[in-house]
Amino acid sequence: MSGSTGNIISTILSGLGATVAAAAGGIALTIVLSFLAGLAMLSRSRAVRFVSRVYVEGFRGTSEVVQLFWLYFVLPALVGFKLVPLFAGIIVLGLNHGAYGAEVVRGAVQSVPPAQREGAVALSFSPAQRMVRVILPQAVVEMLPPFNNLFIQLMKSTALLYFISAGEITEKGELLRPVYGSQLVLIYGVELICYLVIAVVITVVMRLTERVLAGRLGREPPKRDKAFAKVGVTT
Amino acid sequence: MTWHWDYVSESIPLLLMGLLVTVELTVLGSLVAYVLGLVLALLRRARIPVLSQLVYLFIEVVRSTPLLIQVFFIFYLLWPALGVTPSAFLTGVIALGIHYATYTAEVYRAGIDAVPKGQWEAATALSIPRARVWTGIVLPQAVPRVLPALGNYMISMFKETPLLLSIGVLEVLNRAKEQGAQTFQVLEPYTLAGILFLLISYPSSILVRRLERRVGQL
Repeated sequence: MSGSTGNIISTILSGLGATVAAAAGGIALTIVLSFLAGLAMLSRSRAVRFVSRVYVEGFRGTSEVVQLFWLYFVLPALVGFKLVPLFAGIIVLGLNHGAYGAEVVRGAVQSVPPAQREGAVALSFSPAQRMVRVILPQAVVEMLPPFNNLFIQLMKSTALLYFISAGEITEKGELLRPVYGSQLVLIYGVELICYLVIAVVITVVMRLTERVLAGRLGREPPKRDKAFAKVGVTT
Repeated sequence: MTWHWDYVSESIPLLLMGLLVTVELTVLGSLVAYVLGLVLALLRRARIPVLSQLVYLFIEVVRSTPLLIQVFFIFYLLWPALGVTPSAFLTGVIALGIHYATYTAEVYRAGIDAVPKGQWEAATALSIPRARVWTGIVLPQAVPRVLPALGNYMISMFKETPLLLSIGVLEVLNRAKEQGAQTFQVLEPYTLAGILFLLISYPSSILVRRLERRVGQL
């Protein structure tokens, strides 16, 4: 009994690395794509706006699981090589959540009071300086709570990598199921605890970032809620 | 691999059958989520000791963990433990419904909180019975405001149904997979599956955005 318990726990934990790598890689890609597409949607050029709009609506409109299947099973036949499962997973997670993040970036930039922009113009900042020195530092603080939700959503989506056998937690658990059918409570319990812990870690990091950045702007730091209360998604 | 139009026309009927299942899952799952979400919101608000804390814990745990695991949990653990054998389809409806109920519960909560305090005070002053306050005064004001949010969750649910292929539900992606396995040609079915999702969810999200604007003017 205790031997099988140890075996179950260690097997599931052996998938933790892939889950964390997928979540971290996906989050990194999401941040890059969110800013690229979000700022592109505010561009003066009609063509740039159109391209980013197609990206955002395309990825938001088609299902994430379908995107994963497409990238992993269809693309290899088109381009002639197959991606490593974990890598394919990171790309899909990043592309999908980047499309949602783009709207977060766009909304936050637009929510910066117009007077700030006018002030920067009056000081004859170049458009790039205006964005980097005046608009973005304020907008980024606004983005953090919705990004927190998005990152937790992304972290939960790493379970979908089970479909392409990326060796993460859910897949490890499903490999155990036929063997340890009588201990499913333990298997699913350990899996759920892993995901809960990662969710809390993401939230704590995001709250800390928010405090630091808000402090730098000379704003009142956000009230300290229980980290657990902020876990979860409200997109 | 090249695109074959004759294969497309061959695949479409099968995919449409799958799409029907996807839509059924979404509609039934949403009904469960809307009703159960309201129940959870009211239970949380009821402030019955222990129970409201348990409801809170349940909402947080379900919201922060993957739907796929919840599907497995219900299908492989809960049903055998209860000694029942519902179909994969019903499992899907229940899993989607419970998962999204934890989101809609928060939506209802925000809607209920948005009802002005004066409405409660006036109802108390008129000594209207508590149940009547809810059904006649609070909910009729709270629910229309949250309709766009509920609509958005329905669209999210629609796009998450493909993961039910893991327990064998013959929804649109599983049909595409089946078709691909028969012919070893996966380009068309998987691409069509994506297009079908886009064709439904994009117009729906435009409708919800329009509804949002109308509700914003309330």
